[in-house]
Amino acid sequence: MATRSISLTVNGQRYEREVESRLSLADLLRHELALTGTHVGCEHGVCGACTVLIDGRTARSCLTFAVQADGCEVTTVEGLTPATGELNVLQQAFQDQHGLQCGFCTPGILMTLTELLRDNPDPTESEVRDGLTGNLCRCTGYAGIVSAALEAARRLRAQQGS
Amino acid sequence: MGAKQFGARVARVEDPALLSGRGRFVDDVKFPGMLHACFVRSPHAHARIGGIDASAACALPGVRAVLTADDLPPPMDRNRMPMLVPNPAIAASLTQHCLARDEVCYVGQAIAVVLADSRYIAEDAIALVEVEYDVLPAVSDYRTADEPDAPRAHLALDDNIASKFRMAYGDADADAAFAAAPHVFTEEIWQHRGGGMAMETRAVVANSDPTSGLLTVWSATQTPHICRRMLADLLDRDLESIRVIAPDVGGGFGPKAIFYAEEAVIPAAALKLRRPVKWTEDRREHFMCATQERDQLWTVSIAVDDGGKILGVRGTLLHDTGAFVPWGIIMPYIAAATMPGPYVIPNYALDVKVVLTNKVATTPVRGAGRPQAVFAMERLMDRVARELKLDAAEVRFRNFIQPQQMPYAVGLTFRDGKPLIYDSGDYPKAQQEALRLIDYAAFQQRKAAARAQGRFIGIGIGNYVEGTGLGPYEGVTVRVLPDGKVAVATGATNQGQGTRTTLGQIIADRVGCRFQDIIMTVGDTAAISQGVGAFASRQAVNAGSSAMMASEVVRTQIIKLAAQTLGVPESDIDVDDGIAVARSGNRPSLTFRELARLAQGMPGFSLAPGQTPGLEHTAYFTPPQASYCSGTHLAEVEVDPMTGAVTIVNYAVVHDSGTIINPLIVDGQIQGGVAHGIGNALLEWMRYDENAQPLTTTFADYLIPLATDVPTCKIAHVESPTPLNPLGVKGAGEGGTIPAAAAIVAAAEDALAEFGVHFAETPLMPERIVGALRAVGAYDKLGEIA
Amino acid sequence: MKPAPFKYHAPRSIEEAATLLASLDNAKVLAGGQSLVPMMNFRYVIVDHIVDLAKVEGLAGIRVDGGKMRIGAMTRQRDLEFSPEVAKHCPLLREALCHVGHRQTRNRGTIGGSLAHADPAAEQPTVCAVHDAVIEITSAGGRRRVSFAEFAVAFMTTAVESNEIITAIEIPLWPAGHGYSFHEFARRRGDFAIVGAAVLLDLARDRTVRRASLALCGVGTGPLRMAEAERMLTGKRFDRAVAQAAAAAVKTITPVSDIHASADYRRHLAEVQVFRALRDAALRCGVRI
Repeated sequence: MATRSISLTVNGQRYEREVESRLSLADLLRHELALTGTHVGCEHGVCGACTVLIDGRTARSCLTFAVQADGCEVTTVEGLTPATGELNVLQQAFQDQHGLQCGFCTPGILMTLTELLRDNPDPTESEVRDGLTGNLCRCTGYAGIVSAALEAARRLRAQQGS
Repeated sequence: MGAKQFGARVARVEDPALLSGRGRFVDDVKFPGMLHACFVRSPHAHARIGGIDASAACALPGVRAVLTADDLPPPMDRNRMPMLVPNPAIAASLTQHCLARDEVCYVGQAIAVVLADSRYIAEDAIALVEVEYDVLPAVSDYRTADEPDAPRAHLALDDNIASKFRMAYGDADADAAFAAAPHVFTEEIWQHRGGGMAMETRAVVANSDPTSGLLTVWSATQTPHICRRMLADLLDRDLESIRVIAPDVGGGFGPKAIFYAEEAVIPAAALKLRRPVKWTEDRREHFMCATQERDQLWTVSIAVDDGGKILGVRGTLLHDTGAFVPWGIIMPYIAAATMPGPYVIPNYALDVKVVLTNKVATTPVRGAGRPQAVFAMERLMDRVARELKLDAAEVRFRNFIQPQQMPYAVGLTFRDGKPLIYDSGDYPKAQQEALRLIDYAAFQQRKAAARAQGRFIGIGIGNYVEGTGLGPYEGVTVRVLPDGKVAVATGATNQGQGTRTTLGQIIADRVGCRFQDIIMTVGDTAAISQGVGAFASRQAVNAGSSAMMASEVVRTQIIKLAAQTLGVPESDIDVDDGIAVARSGNRPSLTFRELARLAQGMPGFSLAPGQTPGLEHTAYFTPPQASYCSGTHLAEVEVDPMTGAVTIVNYAVVHDSGTIINPLIVDGQIQGGVAHGIGNALLEWMRYDENAQPLTTTFADYLIPLATDVPTCKIAHVESPTPLNPLGVKGAGEGGTIPAAAAIVAAAEDALAEFGVHFAETPLMPERIVGALRAVGAYDKLGEIA
Repeated sequence: MKPAPFKYHAPRSIEEAATLLASLDNAKVLAGGQSLVPMMNFRYVIVDHIVDLAKVEGLAGIRVDGGKMRIGAMTRQRDLEFSPEVAKHCPLLREALCHVGHRQTRNRGTIGGSLAHADPAAEQPTVCAVHDAVIEITSAGGRRRVSFAEFAVAFMTTAVESNEIITAIEIPLWPAGHGYSFHEFARRRGDFAIVGAAVLLDLARDRTVRRASLALCGVGTGPLRMAEAERMLTGKRFDRAVAQAAAAAVKTITPVSDIHASADYRRHLAEVQVFRALRDAALRCGVRI
């Protein structure tokens, strides 16, 4: 079994590992780095449960080999929570708006919305729904997720004072 | 005692951990030295198995063992898995072997299991296991499964009939009623549902502790106590030596309620190899092997008088149960008993035939046969409306069971073994409210305005009555701890419905503690001795009632002890926020911490008369029968006649599940349920070819609704409390799904009413709509392409 | 659904990549991975070597020069989607990209990867077809240029040999203000197209069609240029009847039936999508039919 050395930063912390080429980034995160917040739902790039940020852009970690993340900065759901341990604005909006039920799709959706709100701080409902088509949720019927995203956008804009 | 939590939109205690990625799902569980499993599965829908040669697989570095049926301990090496819901009407009471012995009966059936150092290596090894198959003809089409020359789904059976039964009530001579009726309309209705398709696939981890002799199994199951009982039988072990834990589970919806072969094989492997073992199902396996619902063909007739009043309903139902019947014939039974719904139907008869096919078994998925029954009934109602030129809502108003007729005995026996008696509900009020919510009165205007712009919109109604809160029981233990916190244990489980939160709300109010001081264990067989689990929208009723009962007893114990200790009458004591306070004098008080320690007693001293040891009680509420929810859905859709695309533009739900514990959670269940209903109506179709090979085994081929497919519903509640439990609560988990397909398909048909097309199938695909329009020359009428 | 084992290579230059492909057996190029990796996870594709182009210098970028837009093969779809150059000079590409998968897939997916994968329902090959793009292909033996018409060979098969890499796509640009439209019918947002139609239209002020280019996806082994429909449009004064006649002309196609749609339905959709694309392309030139 040929392995390769990689080094990557995850949630601000640097890791060096020897990995098999075929190890997915999702499996590296979950099983080598014990960051089990990122979930695996399909392994063929549709459900979005495995969504993380790679160098600031969302990516399906089930379709990314860990070796491809060598030298990259990865952010997972564990990296969203502020140091105080409370929930960030987006996470709090999810709790307030009942944006999750079983929680399995939630980390991937939080990463998708983190990117969406960063790039579009004042989205319409339609833009939020469009932005969520790469994430499947089977519990909520999306209403709570959409209202959480819009509420988080409002609160973030208020924080910026704009 | 104040109801501070009960009825309030309390934020869920489950959320913070899930939101920060600290949930604990089965695949997150890990042990040193853990092996990873992968199953060798049949690529054929029907075959005899000859030899199995695993030598090449065993030689692969990292492979620790390959187990077949002969390697399993007795009795699970030879016995079929126990049948969970037997019924004398089942002719072929067939369940699976844990690992197939001589015959496989569906694509994906497990034959052997590879245990390796990683899932990657285990999958490499699968390709090296050689199985001799003698391929047999497969039963793929349920409609021809009962024909004399159809292949047999099982070699041992003479035919493919799993069951035949009749569900009927009414006049002795229903035929005469039909013959004399002014109008009889018949519909042939085909319905195909798919699966629950939770985002988390199945998973099992088993670890046997050599020191304690305890076998612990984590499973993404809705029913850990059932799992434990099954394991005790299959492994021939004491129940007490097995613990089953359902940790965070990523969605259930029904398929995770049944007991699977993998749940027995993985623990057996762990015991045999003396290593912890993990199996995480991948999505392709889930499409092939997790149970689903599937085809039903209804041929049904309705007899009405000139005013559209129902004189009778009768017909046949053909149901595909797949290759095995692990959950008996619950689904077709429920479907047959649900069809009458909220309407007065003097005569009813449905003859049901359940056939075996060489596909994975069908077992309840959200709605459990009720969506199909409601679809059939509502298509008949719409047919009556169309033929007699009556408004669709008006036809229904003319036939509703009235609120003053409650409790209403339908005349059938429900799947809970009890007479089907609707306990409470106000069907006319719900429909009235739903019509108002969607502004039905102004719809014809909206329709005309849209048509003037070349757009086609339509509206459809779906009414349902749903038996929920099924027995036998779900217990709750409430115990005040020496640190003042309140520990709760329950056999209820959680796959997203917020079980901890709703039960916590009940207990906090009833016991008189703070909501945040409750520590709850759900889904763990070590915490409470008897349990059943989540299905049939039963937990709020059963566990909720048990929570209330246990809390009341503990509250009584607290008051008694506080009164004794403080020297005041019991009537003088208030309990709130974890403190018992005497109302009189200088208001002396005792905290729960102090009371719990007092209740422990002192070594060698007797307790005071009437005092119980500790402050704790376990209650098991047992429902006398199901309690019946109801509601009305209104769907407004736009159809693009050029492509057949259907878009839902507005959706209203009026929902009656009795008393509401947490409106936030109930609304979430409704909204989520509607999403499944939209999938049923327009998207979800598990497809097989003529050799019973599954064709839709990815999320690109099997389509579930996206955020762009599900509008935010307008939801209103009618609360008709049930007299059948102390809370007045009914189940809320499935009502969002049950009438959705009926309302949506009716709306699509209504949008195209000017062309006279008719739809009696689900899912309703755009291609079908275009085909129907072309067949009636609609494109000529429409003139040019638009 | 774990892939079979393979050796991973991450060359830094195109020469290194080409040398690797020339010397390795059973090797595949990895671009964005959004199409290849699912197939590897299903083990439909089993390779001994993966040559990842992500670290190769000079393979990404957008440059407009002398009436042509040159796009490096490794340019991520997301960068194309938000590029001001693409919006200005090749707006059809931007419109088509809105239909390509989802944000996560466009962040990683590349235009070169989409062309090499050659799914018959894919949008980017269809845009290339309708623009008469030229594909630059490189190997250890040198560089060659292939017109798109010769590039798409058969079902999911292109002119790219196993030792070759697509390095750039060159798109001849249409005049400023040209009409364009990409109409796609899919079951849900972001799904594979059942049938899609791409139209480029150059209308004179008197509505005469100076040039029309029209292609369908999802109806054949690759994007299908509709020469007959183009012929019917060219030189005519564009109006509703002309558009409908051109749309009707595409019904000679012979698509396949599969679980997503029958041949009949695809034919029907093709006519509808072509008409709607012509209508919307004309609207962009200021002509309403």
